[in-house]
Amino acid sequence: MQSREFYLRTGPFLTHLTTSSPRLLEALPALYDARCFVERPEFCDFHVSVGSPALRRWIRPKIEFLFEGAPIFTPSPIDHAVPVFESGLNWAISTTINQYLIIHAAAVERGGRAMIIPGLSGSGKSTLCAGLAFRGWRLLSDELTLIAPATIELLALARPINLKNESIEVVRRLSPGIVFSRPAEDTLKGTVSLAKPPEDSIARMDERARPRWIVFPTFEKGSATKLSARPRAETFVELAANAINYGVLGDVGFNTLAEVVTQSRCFELAYGDLEDAVRLLTELSESA
Amino acid sequence: MVQRRDSLAQALRDPKELAHASLADWDRLVPQARRAGLLGRLAHLIDRSIGLDAVPDRVRSHLLSARILAEKRRREVVFEIDRLVELLQDVLGRVILLKGAAYVVTDLPPAAGRIFNDIDILVPKDQLATVEAMLSLGGWRLGEIDPYDEEYYRRWMHQIPPLVNSARNSAIDVHHTLVPTTARVALDARILLEGVIAVQGKPHLAVLSPPDMVLHSAVHLFSEGEFERGLRDLDDLDLLFRHFGEGGSFWEPLLERARALDLDRPLYYALRYASEVLGTPIPSEVVAEMEARRPPRTTLALMDAAFRRAFRSPHPDSRDSLTGPALAMLYVRSHYLRMPLHLLVPHLLRKATRSTAVDPAVP
Repeated sequence: MQSREFYLRTGPFLTHLTTSSPRLLEALPALYDARCFVERPEFCDFHVSVGSPALRRWIRPKIEFLFEGAPIFTPSPIDHAVPVFESGLNWAISTTINQYLIIHAAAVERGGRAMIIPGLSGSGKSTLCAGLAFRGWRLLSDELTLIAPATIELLALARPINLKNESIEVVRRLSPGIVFSRPAEDTLKGTVSLAKPPEDSIARMDERARPRWIVFPTFEKGSATKLSARPRAETFVELAANAINYGVLGDVGFNTLAEVVTQSRCFELAYGDLEDAVRLLTELSESA
Repeated sequence: MVQRRDSLAQALRDPKELAHASLADWDRLVPQARRAGLLGRLAHLIDRSIGLDAVPDRVRSHLLSARILAEKRRREVVFEIDRLVELLQDVLGRVILLKGAAYVVTDLPPAAGRIFNDIDILVPKDQLATVEAMLSLGGWRLGEIDPYDEEYYRRWMHQIPPLVNSARNSAIDVHHTLVPTTARVALDARILLEGVIAVQGKPHLAVLSPPDMVLHSAVHLFSEGEFERGLRDLDDLDLLFRHFGEGGSFWEPLLERARALDLDRPLYYALRYASEVLGTPIPSEVVAEMEARRPPRTTLALMDAAFRRAFRSPHPDSRDSLTGPALAMLYVRSHYLRMPLHLLVPHLLRKATRSTAVDPAVP
């Protein structure tokens, strides 16, 4: 199989990807905007590859993600190449980058102010993030929120949004123009499909934003949309638990997070209807 | 520019040269250093020579990130050592630290920018059961281990299986001697215990004397079967040789001790490859004396071919067509050193027939 090389620019990072996976080769030009593909830079932050291990090319073929030549995960079915690449890149960022505080959370921006949406798998975090991003907010990131300690600003990654199971259909209904990768079935998280971020989010991926809101979502079928205030101290503790390199950063991690929480209004959001939740949060952003 | 394969060793040897490195040079060097567990060490060396400001922005952030991570590991080690002292001071009087933990508490050069895998302690064999029980009270228990492996450790090895703290995920290796009990070189642990020295300002901690510390590091590295961290360990040795060598009365006791403990061979290899790969300065009389203790020519030719490949970064760019066979040979050799043949053959057969899980690489 022919392998091809790509140089991808996503926010502050340059990634050198080598892949022979037909699934990934098909998805890349669909999920990543033309301006994300750059000429070979002299220095790349991450050198990764997605391909089949030598012994797994013909017999029950599998796909694996290599970071700097080393496998990171156990091999996956070849149809999972796209989510494998995306989670591999998340792994690379969150295990090697310590000049930013990294929170496992989605983040979107409106009027220069950012909303941080932390949440475990199943909380409706990515769905809410996609809903906001396709309704006028700018996508910063759907998985990893990066915060610069010196300026307390959020950075954008503007990478594809990872959607699972029913949420794929929910997001598809938001707008007919959204581009999705072919769904990968039976992954650890069920069916996964990635959505290309809106044009504007990519065009502005170098723009930073100040933290303003922290919203913990809970999705429940049929639930009424309800936004309620959350104590700052509690928010801090929970955000710290979601901050991947909080302990590594020591004092810097503590001070950065404290500043983020101090500058933000903190809420929890119960929702059953995406459009309703998006409307409520957009109103919130217009009021304060 | 130097051969690509050896550019990491070259950078460790002479970090000043990195002032002239192009972005393309860094693009090769950073992944190699990260894979070898040496990016934090490299950041420290650059900081001390040309300064991190001399490095291009995009590269500097990787060096700073690695340094932040190394600093975190160091804090963790210091914290865990305090917990160990709390648990063990009543039964042991003092805790004897080995390898990385020893470098940290005595502030030796290899501590700087080092990534730690675990904490190693040395315990008198007759106290092993008590120590294991006390550590269990502190949350350190056997990790998931198959009964065969546990039996193998307890019967044949110089340490019990690694103990993992369930709350913090920190691991402790409890050693009762420095080489496996089956090894061709038998070693009386009492001699080592008698030679330990107290850590200044820390009455409940002790470390091996400089010669023993070096010999332990050497015997460990040169009977090792896996070399993911081989260059890092050789770099530790280089730094120890340079540091203790400056003090004057180091080389003579070292050579005597190696002879007394029958550890000439690992010391010979340590000096040979540290000076060859990292340019360790060794006094000529030491070189001359050790040449008299060198292994037979054919053995040495084979070892050269193997170790010269093992002491490169595990990154694919650092490998050549013989790296695979060389590492396989060293793996079998490590077992052969540990066990007599009638034990080794069934053991390796068992290892080979059991499926091995993917070992996730540690950045």
